[in-house]
Amino acid sequence: MNKEDYIQHGLNEKEAEKLLEGLGREPTITEMGIYSVMWSEHCSYKSSRHWLKNLHTQGKQVIQGPGENAGVVDIGDGLAAVFKMESHNHPSFIEPYQGAATGVGGIMRDIFTMGARPIALLNSLRFGDINHKKTKYLLSGAVSGIGGYGNCVGVPTVAGEVGFDKSYNGNILVNAMCVGIANINKIFYSAASGIDNPVVYVGAKTGRDGIHGATMASGEFDKDSEKNRPTVQVGDPFTEKLLLEACLELMKEDAIIAIQDMGAAGLTSSAVEMASKGSVGIELCLDELPKREENLSAYEMMLSESQERMLMVLKPNKKKLAEEIFLKWGVDFSVIGKITDTKKIKVIYKDKVEANIPICSLADDAPMYVRPIKTRKVDKNLTPQKTNISFKEIILKILNSPNICSKKWVWEQYDRTIMANTIDKPGGNAGIVRIEGTDKALSLSCDVTPRYCHANAYEGAKQAVAECWRNIVSTGAKPIAITNCLNFGNPEKPIIMGDFVSTINGIRDASITLDFPVVSGNVSLYNETDSVAIKPTPTIGGLGIIEDLKNLSTIHTQKDGDIIILIGGNGKHLGRSIFREVIFNAEDGDAPSVNLNNELNNGNLILNLIKNKFVNSVHDISDGGLIVTIAEMIISSNIGAKITFQNNLINSTSDHEKLYEEMFGEDQSRYVITVSSDKVQDTINQCTKYDVSANIIGNVQKNNLEIDGLVTISNNELIDSYESVLPSMMNIK
Amino acid sequence: MDVSLIIFPGANCDKDTSLAIKHITGKHPKHVWYKETTLPKSDLVILPGGFSHGDYLRSGAIAAKAPIIKDLIKKSADGIYVLGICNGFQILTECGLLQGSLIKNNSLKFVSRNVRLRVIRNDTIFTSNFKENEDVNMPIAHHDGNFYIDDNSLKKIEEEGRVAFRYIENNAKHSPYNPNGSLNDIAGVYNDNFKILGLMPHPERAIDKITGGDHGAKIFESMFHSLSQ
Repeated sequence: MNKEDYIQHGLNEKEAEKLLEGLGREPTITEMGIYSVMWSEHCSYKSSRHWLKNLHTQGKQVIQGPGENAGVVDIGDGLAAVFKMESHNHPSFIEPYQGAATGVGGIMRDIFTMGARPIALLNSLRFGDINHKKTKYLLSGAVSGIGGYGNCVGVPTVAGEVGFDKSYNGNILVNAMCVGIANINKIFYSAASGIDNPVVYVGAKTGRDGIHGATMASGEFDKDSEKNRPTVQVGDPFTEKLLLEACLELMKEDAIIAIQDMGAAGLTSSAVEMASKGSVGIELCLDELPKREENLSAYEMMLSESQERMLMVLKPNKKKLAEEIFLKWGVDFSVIGKITDTKKIKVIYKDKVEANIPICSLADDAPMYVRPIKTRKVDKNLTPQKTNISFKEIILKILNSPNICSKKWVWEQYDRTIMANTIDKPGGNAGIVRIEGTDKALSLSCDVTPRYCHANAYEGAKQAVAECWRNIVSTGAKPIAITNCLNFGNPEKPIIMGDFVSTINGIRDASITLDFPVVSGNVSLYNETDSVAIKPTPTIGGLGIIEDLKNLSTIHTQKDGDIIILIGGNGKHLGRSIFREVIFNAEDGDAPSVNLNNELNNGNLILNLIKNKFVNSVHDISDGGLIVTIAEMIISSNIGAKITFQNNLINSTSDHEKLYEEMFGEDQSRYVITVSSDKVQDTINQCTKYDVSANIIGNVQKNNLEIDGLVTISNNELIDSYESVLPSMMNIK
Repeated sequence: MDVSLIIFPGANCDKDTSLAIKHITGKHPKHVWYKETTLPKSDLVILPGGFSHGDYLRSGAIAAKAPIIKDLIKKSADGIYVLGICNGFQILTECGLLQGSLIKNNSLKFVSRNVRLRVIRNDTIFTSNFKENEDVNMPIAHHDGNFYIDDNSLKKIEEEGRVAFRYIENNAKHSPYNPNGSLNDIAGVYNDNFKILGLMPHPERAIDKITGGDHGAKIFESMFHSLSQ
């Protein structure tokens, strides 16, 4: 092997030396491939590992934190929720349909690998500027791909978010989250054990797709990136469905010792992870591998990222039973190796030893970097701006903007009602899914506001956790735990690494105060094209529990005559707001900061109000501020509202700034609730007890949004502005 | 009432349908694997929704050649009742038990939403608990639900009153009320003796108010009442 070979395999000079030291000799080409993927950023987390240790991962609700296929939390009644989020950014930019589809397939396998039946999918998507020439193609392809996979397997997609920003022009983000339910005593893990126990391959046959996918996902893009198309895997949701049913059927038997799906870096990564976690060795004979074609090399088989495959260690006496189950479902089953005591991975093909590498050299001893960091300077100033357009135009323009408008065009392509347990649809506070056979439900949300993270990575990360928590609280659910997907640019640049470290600190601080620990996650770096990085995008996926379905709340159940109360104080903060983005095309100022103690207290108040049935509907205030929150409630219920601001505000027409702040300020930890008039006093009393500001700002009325003395907009005008954006962009008649 | 559910690989509404039947009748239906050659004693056979054989080749086309379908065709000639939901409807048109075919939605996209339907007649075993021309809501979720048939056959279906459900106007803006381009807004059809029904909407997902409505329950209640007598 010469220097060129190492470079081609993404290994620098120091890493080449480390490889030779770990192996004790020159590698074979297959070994070189194995090192290449195991030491890639994607598999080894070499730039992030050092910092991820700082996340808050503990709590009495946590059964399994980060490090397994997915996180596991206790949800009572002997049940566990198993969940995780993962990125599939690089492949989705190169081939949006397959990239996004296999992202969904991969995250579902992580969940059922642990013995849980998937019951809900979520996704967080970021595309470039809505007018960029590739945006329509990428949006259309990624959405079809997500639907194509999830719909076919038969798991409802219940929530998500879609954002547009020019920083994603060259790197879109596809983050998919899956949630499953398992019996608390029937969780399956990946640590292999039992010398000579059979190693079994199940699922789709191995082909040449996705070779070096993990390495591709560990580098920047340039103008030639589309040449990487062959490294994108091709999904087959039908096989996934069969594999899912076969695995869950086998899991009812006492047969599986360890199980691991083949995701990034395929067979290599799954075999090494199982052996590493169990402190054992593993021997694979590739002659027995189910193959799509005969002339695959050992190198290709070890690096293929063909989808819908699993590796298991079985109890020897259950081999026959397992084989019968997989045969019934029409899924390949093959014993391809055994567990050894060598603590090495040995790969044999056609009687030749193709690889024989100490496991620790690939896993625990993989490179780890503490890269230089530089903290971004926060500029708190807002450039003075003036506009002559009317309040009505401002409101309609905001509702008509890509980051606020209805995403119905997207979520109507996802099956949301399969499994017959979906209670609240996308467009509300969070997805709500009943737990089969109980009166409980999970409340699920994924959130991040990249324009905040770009201004101030620490506050932005706190805000992402807090918003997720707030969305879950708004449904009446007790927040339990989070997963995350940390999407950043090139970590070798100190400013990006600085953002990353601040993000970790922000997530940690928020999750400690809110008792909202991180139980699983994923890091996606090098989201850059021609040295232009995405905005820092730490997506937070959260899970909460509604203990009794009778006590849930939505954004669309207000009643004519209800009193509207603003919880948490008036808006003031316009830095990085949607208002300034849409009306002034301005990206300036600091991100709004989150006072975590207030967040916790305000949220506990809301949960108390919902539990006492004081409120008819609840919506948290986020992007666009108070008026957008109220408009969203009107749009989803087709019931209007009359809002009254203090008169002195309306009358001081010379300076609208104060009104803009109240209407569109994005101050955190706030909610809008509607309360029937006979419950107002009780509600105010509770607010006083919690020492939280509660302002009566108006009442629910039938047909329009009326802001006293300022503007009247009919429900229909609001709905038209909100709903028409994506259909007209995507040319729907 | 003895109910059997035929399970094809890739079916994914079988559990929901089973639970709906259990919910209404108190009894789980029998599950019959597609490789079987004989149906157990049944008053009603249901083909649930999903993606049988991955929808490869054409939705329902491969399932229509399954061993169990031969027996289904034979038993339906003997008078057994058959209900096909979504992919089940597609299979029934592919195997010839129902006329017409379900081609790609005119949007060329998968569509999942709640639709408004009119129950055209209430004198069949599937609809006896509805009022005549009752309007109901049910979810749909499909990529190939665009009912298509030649002009003469369509005329005949209409004349014989074999349209079971039609998509009708609702208040939703920015999306057409007919979600897939089906001829004459057809959402479900009967065969010529009204013993076989195929429909694209999912009644099994509409049996509980908390999950968005319970109008679908009436289909199961109708069948249960009619066939238990």
